[in-house]
Formats: sequence, structure tokens, C-alpha cells
Amino acid sequence: MTSSLVSQGDLVLAAEDLSMFGQDPWWLVVIKAVLIFLVLVLLTLFNIWFERRVVARMQHRIGPNVHGPFGLLQSLADGVKLALKEDIIPKAADKAVFLLAPVLSVVPAFLAFAVIPFGPVVDVPFTDDMTTPLQLTDMPVAVLFVLAVASIGIYGIVLGGWSSGSTYSLLGGLRSSAQMISYEVAMGLALVAVFLYAGSMSTSAIVDAQERIWFGLILIPSFVIYVIAMVGETNRAPFDLPEAEGELVGGFHTEYSSLKFALFFLAEYVNMTTVSALATTLFLGGWRAPWPLSAVNDGMFNEGYWPVLWFLSKILLFIFFFIWLRGTLPRLRYDQFMAFGWKRLIPVSLAWIVAVATIRSLSLDGGFDRTYLLGALGVVAVLFLVLFFLGGEEEEEQAEAEERPFDAFAGGYPVPPMPHQVAQARSQSPTVASSTASEGSA
Amino acid sequence: MPLWWPLLLSSLLFAIGVYGVLVRRNAVLVLMGVELMLNAVNLNLVAFDAYFRDVLHGGQTFALFVIVIAAAEIGLGLAIVLLVFRTHGQIDVDTMRELADREEPAVAER
Amino acid sequence: MTVVEVLFLLLGLVAAGSALLVVTTRTMVHAALWLVVTLGAVAGIFLLLAAEFVAWVQILIYVGAVVVLLLFALMLTKAPTGPQPDLDARRALPAVAVAGLVLAVLGTTVVAGFHGVELDLDGAVVGSAQTTGATIFQQWVLPFEVLSVLLLAALVGAIVLSRGTGRRGGE
Repeated sequence: MTSSLVSQGDLVLAAEDLSMFGQDPWWLVVIKAVLIFLVLVLLTLFNIWFERRVVARMQHRIGPNVHGPFGLLQSLADGVKLALKEDIIPKAADKAVFLLAPVLSVVPAFLAFAVIPFGPVVDVPFTDDMTTPLQLTDMPVAVLFVLAVASIGIYGIVLGGWSSGSTYSLLGGLRSSAQMISYEVAMGLALVAVFLYAGSMSTSAIVDAQERIWFGLILIPSFVIYVIAMVGETNRAPFDLPEAEGELVGGFHTEYSSLKFALFFLAEYVNMTTVSALATTLFLGGWRAPWPLSAVNDGMFNEGYWPVLWFLSKILLFIFFFIWLRGTLPRLRYDQFMAFGWKRLIPVSLAWIVAVATIRSLSLDGGFDRTYLLGALGVVAVLFLVLFFLGGEEEEEQAEAEERPFDAFAGGYPVPPMPHQVAQARSQSPTVASSTASEGSA
Repeated sequence: MPLWWPLLLSSLLFAIGVYGVLVRRNAVLVLMGVELMLNAVNLNLVAFDAYFRDVLHGGQTFALFVIVIAAAEIGLGLAIVLLVFRTHGQIDVDTMRELADREEPAVAER
Repeated sequence: MTVVEVLFLLLGLVAAGSALLVVTTRTMVHAALWLVVTLGAVAGIFLLLAAEFVAWVQILIYVGAVVVLLLFALMLTKAPTGPQPDLDARRALPAVAVAGLVLAVLGTTVVAGFHGVELDLDGAVVGSAQTTGATIFQQWVLPFEVLSVLLLAALVGAIVLSRGTGRRGGE
């Protein structure tokens, strides 16, 4: 397999070699698919327990500890309880779509894992000399595939919200669609820098390109943006606005019960695993062993089945991060959240991409060596962080300066004031106010 | 595969799109008809790209361009639709007749 | 018939059938869903026609963004659950006639013009990100730049349209 970092002076990078994929006999493909499914379901059960235990520890509680060793079987018991509950379909619901929505949110979450590499090429046990990559399949545009599939997952939430025929659900669905589209843009932009450095969109080629150094280290801003965007994508705290209990009851799944609710729940946790796996693959060297271990015994830990361990521990690291965020941070307000996505993350990632592309093309042309490169990257990263914080303060001042009386009846029907607005004392009757407003707009 | 298969499918999609644009009254559904027509065009472009074995991949490139244009179109279109909804309270394209010629009797009937 | 041909016929049937449902269904959100099916089937046809990159971009942009925006607009304009009787204009017949005419003209043209021409897909260069990127940034760079200006204009236009009246009314 060609490594892209070796061919520094060459503009044609890593013509990814995917010939090792698509060679497996059908039974091996089936085994891999079933294994991936099993791993994801077990990880979900584990993650739910893990989340409850860690959050409990953060809040000086104990958490589930009765069922099984350390309460490990708690999530299984919860699953059985959910399955035995009554399945309610609201009268106002659009039945077909109501049934379709949970399925639509679960299936893409699993599908994305088809292109995630769990490890390098290994010997298949119980066969003579058969080898296979620890990855279901790969394609030249694999990361694009993950993004495309993840975007289908939005449908589950939007349609679930709409088809319930409830206002809370509808608002939750609307919020989530706006949120996920916005943060998908930032997420895609964060990945562009990785593509530029790896010279490929195939996941296995990207992991190979990180043989010398992880992209998470040289592309820190991209990594930070991706991590923020991935929390937004998965609707997790502090960005869990689609299901903000205080505002929307349960959000898009208010009307769901029993197994259909369990599917949404499963989708959320599998999505967490999926984005963590993608982050691991793209930024933390995928299945490669962390630095001191990778040097042990001529890279012994990077061969055979060892990499699966590193891969899973990196995923669990991200899961812990998710839980940590949930245990620590309060939920953002919706407008703050959207402003953060559109006015900070996206402009910063655009500027960062331009910087990366420039440096990349300069270093490919042979003008700079790698120390210069890293130095320049560091400067840009510092600029980025400065921009990040200064930009925030400026915005706040501006918002305060714009404060002015707010007419709640301007549109003809009452709307609550935006956070920086002050509700006007109602000197006019609503009808007069609305007629003047419509004259102004005409 | 005969070349006319994808071409005929593309014509069919285009005709369905035309029907949708003509018959629907809800502005968002009209936009969906437009999307169908744009997709028909894309299908044609990709089919001819495969047929000509174009080394420049002109067909696929222009299909990408059409997708970009569709994205721009839908963004603007929906902004207009929401503005209309805000001012009129509905988005029925048949009733948006403020700019129509008032003398015509056909307008009065509606 | 080869596998590719069978797949094409199936996907074509799905695409055409769901497209018909897009323009005939009485429930607005269902129309958007059938549009997703159509777009997905067309993306599958792109895969068959060796345009892999275009296929995934189609899913990512169309299915992931455009139709979600359409759904968004439908919900903001209060699309109810359940069918609605007055989605279609009463002049359905002329519309059928015009659409039929379009189909007849286009269909006879392509069938007459390309009858007996075979589309040979064996060994076709798959349109990956690399080949597409190389052609866009070498041969088609001017249209690409023009498009980016168009996108910027559309962006600014959409922002102006969606916040314009509120601002003017307030100041």
C-alpha cells in the first residue's frame, strides 16, 4: 500500500490501492457484517450503562449497580422493559411515515460502519493462508459515503417529528433538521483538510497516510471543529436542542413509545459510536497504536488483531468525552447554537482550509521543509484560537448595541421577543400594529 | 445496454416534472417538479458521458454543476416561498396575482 | 440481459414510478418522500453508469440537503398530516397533454436518434473524486468559478429575502 507522506514532492498523491477489497468469499462478508452489527449493539448496551455510571460518579451518585456485575445488565433489562411496553400510535399520526421514521434513523447509523477500518490485513482464523482486511468494504469516496448516509439519518428525526401530529414533535423535528444541516456543513469542511493531507477519501488510505503522524496533531483546528460538529450532529448535550425537555417535552420522539422509541434511542447511541469511529479513523490514526506502544518490538502492536483493541479504546475515549460533556455543560440556547455554527465554525473552517491548501501546495512544490510547515501551521492555529475568542466578545457587544423596543404584534400574531430584544409596552392595539407593519413591508 | 434506455427514462422523468410544475398549486410542490426535471437532465449528461467515454468527463462535471445550481435554486426558491407565506399566509401559486393585468376578465373569475 | 441491464430496468421503474407519485400524491410530505426515492434510484443509475462520485454527491446534496430543505419549507408552511384535496389545479387535462407532448417529442427523438446504439460499460473509467477533480480544476475551471459566484449570489439573495422586511419594518 502506498503511503501519501512518502511521496512528498509528487502532486499525484496516494493512488489508493483498493484491490484487497472485494476479494472475500461471501461467507466472510456475511461474518464481517454480522460481527459489525454485534459489536455496535453490544457497544450501545455498554455505552448506555457507561453513561449512567460515569454521570452518576460525576454527580456523587452510584448509578445502576444491581443487575449483573457492576450493573452491566441494566441496559438489557431496560431494553426488555421498553419492548414490553404498550405501543401507542397517535390518532393524528401519519401511520406509514410514523412507522418508517425510526427505521430510517437506525439503518443509516449502522450502514456508515461498512467503510470504517477496524484493523489492517489479518489472517483469517481456521483457514490455511487466507488474509482479509478488517473492514467490510472500502471505496474511493468512502468518507463521502459516510456523510451521505449520515445525512439520510436526518430524515428519521424530521419525519418522526412531523408524522406524530404533535406540535412539540414538529418543533423538535424542525430544530433538529436545521441543526444537523448546519453542523453537517462545518463537519464536511473540517474533513476537507484531512482529504488534502491524505490525498484520498478512502478510509483505509487515510489511515495509511497517518503512519508517521496523526492528522489530529497536525490539523488541530480541523480536529476541534470536527469534534464540536460531531456533538451537534448527534444531538447530544450541550447541543441536545431537538429533545430539550424543558422546552419541548421529549422533542421529536415525544409521541413514540415502546420498541419504536427504543429504535430512536439505539440510533442515537450508534450514531455516537459512528461519529467517534470516523473521528478516530480520520484524526487519531484509526487502528494504529498510540505512540510509545507503536514503537514496541518493531510495531508488533500494529499487526494482527491488536489494532482492534486500540481502535475500540479510542472510540471509548470519545464516548467518555461525550458523557463528560453531558455531565458538565448546560444546554445552549437555540439562537446561540445556530449563531455559533454559522458565524464561527463555518468561517473559521473556511479560512483554515485556505491556509491548509496553501501550505500543502507549497510543501508539495518543494519550497518548504516540514519544520517550516509545522511552524506555519502552529501560527495559523494560534490565530484561529485568537479569532475564536475575540470574535465571540465582539459579537456580544454588537448584540447589546442593537437592543431596541420589540413589537410583539408586528407580524399580525404574537411572537415572543428574541433574547436581545425588549418587549414593547403595547400602546397600540394589535390590529393597528399589524397594519402599519404590512405597510412598511409593501 | 442500449443507449436509448437511460435517455428514454430521462425523457420520462422530464415529462413527469413538467406535469408536476403545471398541475401543482403549492409552490413547494412546484419546486419538486423542477427538481425532477433537473435530475432528468443529469441522467442524460451522465449517460452521454458513459457513451462517449469522455476523457474530460464533461458529462459528469456538468452533472455536478447542475446539482450545485439546483442547490442554489432551492435555497433562493424556498426563501421566496417563505417570504410569500409570511406576507400572504399561503403559498398557492394560482392566487399570487398582484402583478396580473387587472383588465383581463379571466382574472376576475378566479 | 446482463446484471447491469436488469438493475437498470429495476431502478428505472422505481425512479419513474416514484416520480409519478411525487406529482400525484395528495399528502405534501409524502411527495417529498417519493422525491427522495426517485433521487436515490437515479443515484443508483449513476453508479451503474460509472459515475460514482456524482452518485454520492447526488445523495449528499439532493437527499441530504435539498429535500430536507423542502421538508423544512413544507413544515414551516404548515403542511398537515393526512391528504389534502386541493393540491392540484383544476386544469389537469391540459397539463397531461403538455407533459405527454413533451414525452412524445423527446422520447421519439432519442429512440429514433440512438436506436441500435450500444452503451458499452465494460472497462469504463469510474468517475472517482480524483478524475472528476482533475477535470474540474483543469478543463472546467472557468465554469466552476462562475458557479461559485452564482452560489455566493444565491446565498446573499436568500439572506436578503429572508430578513429584509423585518429589518426595514423595525428601523
